[in-house]
Amino acid sequence: MVISGIRLPMMAALLVWAVVWEIAGHTDAGFILPPLSRIIWRVFEIVPTASFLDALLITGRAFLLGNTIAIAVGVPLGILMGRSVIADRLLLPWVNLFLSAPLSALVPVIMVLFGLGETTIVLTVVLFSMWIIVLNTRAGIRAISPSLVEMARSFGSNRWQAFSRIYLWAALPEILAGIRLGVVRAVKGVVIGQLLVSVVGFGTLFEIYQSHFLMEHFWALLLVLFAFAFTLNELLARLERRFGYYAAAR
Amino acid sequence: MNPSAAMASQPNRDLPPLPGRAPQPIVEVRSISKTYAGGIEALSGISLEFPEGRLTTLLGPSGCGKTTLLKIIAGLIPATGGQVLVDGREVTGPGPERAFVFQDFALMPWASVIRNVAFGLELRGVAHSEREAIAERHIARVGLKGFERKYPHELSGGMRQRVGLARALAVDAKVVLMDEPFSAVDEQTRRKFQEELLELVANEGKSFIFVTHSIEEAVYVSDRIALLSRRPSRVSAIIEPQIQRGGDPEKIRRDSAYLDVVEAIWQQLRHYLD
Repeated sequence: MVISGIRLPMMAALLVWAVVWEIAGHTDAGFILPPLSRIIWRVFEIVPTASFLDALLITGRAFLLGNTIAIAVGVPLGILMGRSVIADRLLLPWVNLFLSAPLSALVPVIMVLFGLGETTIVLTVVLFSMWIIVLNTRAGIRAISPSLVEMARSFGSNRWQAFSRIYLWAALPEILAGIRLGVVRAVKGVVIGQLLVSVVGFGTLFEIYQSHFLMEHFWALLLVLFAFAFTLNELLARLERRFGYYAAAR
Repeated sequence: MNPSAAMASQPNRDLPPLPGRAPQPIVEVRSISKTYAGGIEALSGISLEFPEGRLTTLLGPSGCGKTTLLKIIAGLIPATGGQVLVDGREVTGPGPERAFVFQDFALMPWASVIRNVAFGLELRGVAHSEREAIAERHIARVGLKGFERKYPHELSGGMRQRVGLARALAVDAKVVLMDEPFSAVDEQTRRKFQEELLELVANEGKSFIFVTHSIEEAVYVSDRIALLSRRPSRVSAIIEPQIQRGGDPEKIRRDSAYLDVVEAIWQQLRHYLD
C-alpha cells in the first residue's frame, strides 16, 4: 500500500488497529476489553506457567492427532471419490453436508458417545478439518489431464505407479490447499471442543479466567491462539507456494 | 496428373533389403472395429499393414477415428472386434515395443525435462544414473542439450514436443506412435519438425505410425498413407508417395511428384466435405 508516496509495510494496518485497541482499552470499555499493552504483558506472564504448558501439551497433542487422522482419511477418501463415480455419488452429499453444517452442535453428541476426554476433542478436530481436505483432493483428482494418465499407461505404469507418480503429484496443489484450510478449521475445532467439554486443556483455562473475570488473562490466551492459527496458515501457504510452480501449467 | 502412378506399391527409399526375411509388416491391423458406449460406430472393419522401418500415416477428415485407431494399436483403448498384431504378437494392452507421442505433449509439469524423458525407464525400474545417462543422450538428440534441468512451463510448445519425442525414443521401442504431434506448434516449428522426422525415420531404424489431418504433412513425411473415410471409418485408399527425398528438404515442397500426390488426395477427400 502506498499513501502520499510513502510505501507502507503489510503489517501497517495491524499497527493501526493495535493503537485503536490500546486507546479503547483506556476508556470505560477497558472493563471488558483491557488495553493491548497489558494483555501482551499477560501473555509473557501466563505462557511459562505450568497450567498453560499443560494445556498446551494436551491441546497440541489432540490437534496433531486430529489433523493426522483428517489427512490420512481425507486424502485417500478424496482420491477415491475423484476416481469412482459410485463412491462419489454415495459420499458427496455427506461431505457437503458436514462441510456446511454447524458442527459445534454435534460436539455434545460426540461428548455423549465418547465421554469428556481426549477422544472427544480429537474427533471434534477431525470433524472440523476433514471435509475440506476431502473436497479439495477430489477436485484435484478430477482435474487431472486424461492424457497424462494415458501417458503413464502407455509407458507401462501399474496402478501403484500411476497413483504415486501421477495422481498424487497432479493433485498436490489442491491437496495442500485443502490441508491448509483444514488445519485452520482444526484450530477452531480444538478450541470449540475444549470449550464445550470445558474440563480439558485451554477449555479449563478459559473457564477459570471467565468465571473469575480475569479479562486480561482471557484475552491473552485468545491472542496466543489467534497468533498460532495465523502462523500455521502462513507456514502452510508457504509450503503450497513451493509446489505452486506447476499449478498453473497443468 | 496421374493418380495411379502415385498409388503404385513400390517403396521408394533406398533401404537395404531385410536379409533372410520376407518384408513382414511390423504392425498388422485385422478387421478392427470400434463402437463407443453411446452406439457411435467409430471404426468399421479396418485392416491395414504397417511395413517395418517406414513411416505410415493415418490420414482422414476430423473425427474419422484415426486417433482411435492409433490408441487401439497402442493398447490404450480396447477394440470392439478384430485384432492388432505387433511383431507377430497380439496386443492386449500397452507394451515396451511401442512408444507414444501425444498431441498435447502430456509432460509432467512437476518434473524436470530429464525426469520427463527418463519416465518410461523409471517405470521399468532402470537405475537412476543409467536412465539419466540415456535420457541425456536423447535430449541432445532432439536438440535440447542444456535444458535438462528446466521445467516444461519454461519451454516453448515446440521444445515441449521435443521432450515428448525424446521420451518416446528413450525407451527404444520398435514402433513409435505419433498422434498429431505437430498440430499444437507454430508453422515454422512444424516444418522444421517434419524435416527432422524424415531424418529420424531414415536413421533410427524404427517404424513410425503417424496421425495427421494435414494432407501436405502426410505426403511430406510418409512412405505410405492410409486414407480413412468418414465415420464409421474404413480404409478408402493406400497411397505411397513417390518422392525423391535425398538432398534439400525444401526442394520436396516444390517437387512435382509431391504436389501431384497432395492434389490427388485432396480430390479424394473433398467429397467428404459436401
